[in-house]
Amino acid sequence: MSAGSSPLGSLLGHFALLSLFAVGGANAAIPEMHRLSVVAMHWMTDRQFADMYAIAQVAPGPNVLIVTLIGYHVAGPIGALMATLGMCGPASFFAFWFARIWDRFRDAKWRTVLQAALIPLSLGLVAASAFVVARAAAQSAGAVVLIAVTAAVAMFTRINPLWLFAAAGVLGLARLV
Amino acid sequence: MSDSEPSAAQAAGPRVNPPSLAPSLLQILASFSLISLYGFGGVLAWSRRMMVEKRGWMTADEFNDAYAMCQFLPGPNIVNLSVVFGSRVRGVAGAALALTGLLGPPVAFASLLAVIYSRYGEVAAIGHALSGVIAAAAGLLIATVVKMTLPVVRVRRDVGLAVGVAAFVTVGPLGWPLPLCFAVLAPLSVAIAWLARR
Repeated sequence: MSAGSSPLGSLLGHFALLSLFAVGGANAAIPEMHRLSVVAMHWMTDRQFADMYAIAQVAPGPNVLIVTLIGYHVAGPIGALMATLGMCGPASFFAFWFARIWDRFRDAKWRTVLQAALIPLSLGLVAASAFVVARAAAQSAGAVVLIAVTAAVAMFTRINPLWLFAAAGVLGLARLV
Repeated sequence: MSDSEPSAAQAAGPRVNPPSLAPSLLQILASFSLISLYGFGGVLAWSRRMMVEKRGWMTADEFNDAYAMCQFLPGPNIVNLSVVFGSRVRGVAGAALALTGLLGPPVAFASLLAVIYSRYGEVAAIGHALSGVIAAAAGLLIATVVKMTLPVVRVRRDVGLAVGVAAFVTVGPLGWPLPLCFAVLAPLSVAIAWLARR
């Protein structure tokens, strides 16, 4: 496919390619998305990219949604679909087949070794993203307290976290965070 | 969603893991839609809560294993996880419905936000409320990380765990790019695990 022929084909092609290098998740690919959208394709300005990143962070859903927003910005609703399809389609296909192989070799030695190796690394990386998210959110003393209290309540009770989110939203509205 | 319903996965005390319950196609679609709509500030915490704590579709170890694999596959982690989980329990249709549930509602919602944002710009009150929600989401993610880590630390006391600490420090506080961390730590971790097996 010629990636430059139409905006739709371009969105699909570029994000499909990008997704295959996005080991570690959508957030790991943010710098490359920025290069693509702002520097290479001139789809948007720096400021617009930053705005989209912020919207994707606060909207519910996986943070891959920034791709949807970029697609929408470039070519409307169809653009949003194409970009999302490009980002998730090939990767999903790959994950589907890889999981089959992974499960088939459940008891193979190489598989247990890989699993033993990947799990601590994976947990370390999730902890690192929690650190990054918490550092970005800790803009005031109130926010730090709120982070700590939410973590403790989520850890030790089975309350639905939506209640915590609602309370936090109210505290935010009252400018206490 | 009711919080009082009994959860097979949360029975107290040490026990053998029950066989994970396989959800129906409709349950897959509904659950992943809920996970995505609740997922302010990321969906990992909500995925684990739904699949491990509330429904018992995966044990804590199965979840860690699947998520670790998905992190090292290309593409968005939770998207991969939904496909892997869906296909495991209900084949191609399960994978397709999990993906649809995970992406459908938030894509519609994000498109709506994009329209609102392009017309009205930032509304201050929304910004204030969101700064609170973002802090709560960070707290929830921290609790999820602790819950994911505890079962692993309980059974493993080997040097391999040091790789996890190194991954945290390099990518978190030190801010290394992820590929660099992978390139250095993944071979090291595999080597340690290989030696530990012998």
